[in-house]
Amino acid sequence: MSNNNLHPDFDSDGAMSAGAGDELVAAATPGGTLVMDKDAGVPEFEEAAANSGPVKTRRFKDMLPRLDFKLGLGLFLTLGIVLFAIIGPFVTQDPRNYDNATFLKPGGEHLLGTNNLGADLLAQLAEGAAGSIMVGVVAGIIAVTLSLFFGIVAGYVGGYVDEGLSLITNIMLVIPGLPLIIVIASYMESRSMMVIAVVLGITSWAGAAIVLRLQAKSLRNRDYVAASRVAGEKTWRIICVEILPNLLPLLAAQFLSAVVLSILSEAGLSYLGLGPSGSITWGTMLNQASQHNAFYIGAWWWFIPPGLMIALLGCGLSLINFSIDETINPKLRTAPAAVKAIRKAEKAAAKAAKKGATA
Amino acid sequence: MSLEVKNLTKDFKIRSGMKSSNFRAVNDVSFTLEPGKTIALVGESGSGKSTIARMIAKLENPSAGNIVVDGKDSNVHGRALRDYRHNVQMVFQDPFASLNPFHSIAHHIDRPLRLHGKASNAAEAQDQVIELLERVNLKPAGDIAKRRPHELSGGQRQRVAIARALAPGAKYLIADEPVSMLDVSIRLSVLNLLARLQREDNLGVLYITHDLATARHFSDEILVMYKGNIVERGPSDEVILNPQHEYTKLLLGAAPNPANHGKLRDSVRAELAAGLSEDRDQFGTRGL
Repeated sequence: MSNNNLHPDFDSDGAMSAGAGDELVAAATPGGTLVMDKDAGVPEFEEAAANSGPVKTRRFKDMLPRLDFKLGLGLFLTLGIVLFAIIGPFVTQDPRNYDNATFLKPGGEHLLGTNNLGADLLAQLAEGAAGSIMVGVVAGIIAVTLSLFFGIVAGYVGGYVDEGLSLITNIMLVIPGLPLIIVIASYMESRSMMVIAVVLGITSWAGAAIVLRLQAKSLRNRDYVAASRVAGEKTWRIICVEILPNLLPLLAAQFLSAVVLSILSEAGLSYLGLGPSGSITWGTMLNQASQHNAFYIGAWWWFIPPGLMIALLGCGLSLINFSIDETINPKLRTAPAAVKAIRKAEKAAAKAAKKGATA
Repeated sequence: MSLEVKNLTKDFKIRSGMKSSNFRAVNDVSFTLEPGKTIALVGESGSGKSTIARMIAKLENPSAGNIVVDGKDSNVHGRALRDYRHNVQMVFQDPFASLNPFHSIAHHIDRPLRLHGKASNAAEAQDQVIELLERVNLKPAGDIAKRRPHELSGGQRQRVAIARALAPGAKYLIADEPVSMLDVSIRLSVLNLLARLQREDNLGVLYITHDLATARHFSDEILVMYKGNIVERGPSDEVILNPQHEYTKLLLGAAPNPANHGKLRDSVRAELAAGLSEDRDQFGTRGL
């Protein structure tokens, strides 16, 4: 196309911009505020366009992660273990019934065999599931509550409050967790499951609090928070009603992480003999198995099931967590696919180059 | 009966390592906003316009000077602060950031109504929400009220923000670049809406902008700000037609002038005709 052929386009363009110019002149004519009384006359394209869609009142649905293989497997594992913990005790023996023969192999009446005292290990596994999940959930709730307080209040209020709360958070962060728990646990004469959960909860909130503090710091500078302040909302209401709902996905992810961490820590503590005394958890099962040389005897049915259960529950919760992460940060969703696409394209290019060379 | 800004000054502390220095964002600014009048605050980014808006909205505390509304000093807390907010409200610049993505449109207008005692129960509040949405031309209001911000366009959101600012029954409205984030096609209707509401409620409007054309069109008085100082002030036409300060002249020069429409295009065409790009396909259009 030659340059001359472009001119008609230019001309029509020119006419259009001249028209726009006229309007600008009209708008700028002196005469104060009230000259332009065309409020009804101005066409409102945007309204018409946006109103045509159906009314949706989704609120929480947007925040739920997409159901894909990852989330499905995670939910399957987690819910399966929770169901096992709920239903198990009804269909198995009393886990403290020591009337059976000792060291029975799996099969027959005892699906997972018995231990050195003759207790049914399937029953112990079910009781242990309930115990471990209980400790994990209670510790998770305590950790999330503490991190919420220390993180959000510090981030939102700022100033000296922030300095003080951050100081506590940072101290808790650098204290090595497991040794502290061991010290606390070994000081206590008798340790119930709740005590262990509380100890785990108050030693594991600091990391989450730092993330929440930064999030709250960023959210408090959003215009909608400023707008709520201008409207006259009280501080606690701004935090609870305006800021917290937007942090729900993050809180859910932190809660699940805290649960996984607590279950693992509980197992570790129990294995060291510092777990809840008198209760059965997966950790105490492992502890007894190791104390009675289950490995050397070859009683694999004593230590493999609880270890596997810990791994599977941790895996399930982590998979759910990944899915929540993807809703918080949609980039994670497309990243693996993008990497794959690039690799594919590179391969195809290499193949084409090879073909070109041989041809 | 007026909103008086007296010798307002704001210093920000800038820390760099161990040293700290003061940055004066707003320097000794005074003006009086009367009901039914519009003052335009014009200036480039970083000139202190928005800081003034935030100080009047009580989002920042002034370093010196004060704001007096109807004879009452605004340096207050608690109940008196609520009375102040009752009178002074603000429309924010970015309608995509000023509405909480989690809450429905109704929530945004319902809360100020409740906080300022305009509605005592849910049914009353709902009626007023609908009424306010209709006042800002959002129809069907019942439908819009149920939606969440992401389902509305920029212009619609800014109307919601205006409705929210009107909800407490404010007498003074601070509009911080209310149309700068909107499509050009929507701006005029939003500004006309503001003008209509101003007439209906006899509002005093502080219109903050960097656009001299709308400032002249919309306001009675123009204040030109540069680096925290008011460098020129006066009736709108006076400032636009007879600028005194260098910076005002610069601003006017930078605004697109209708008389110049097509000049750039003509000069490009002249260059093309002169054969400057005969042998170079500068814009990659030769083969089209």
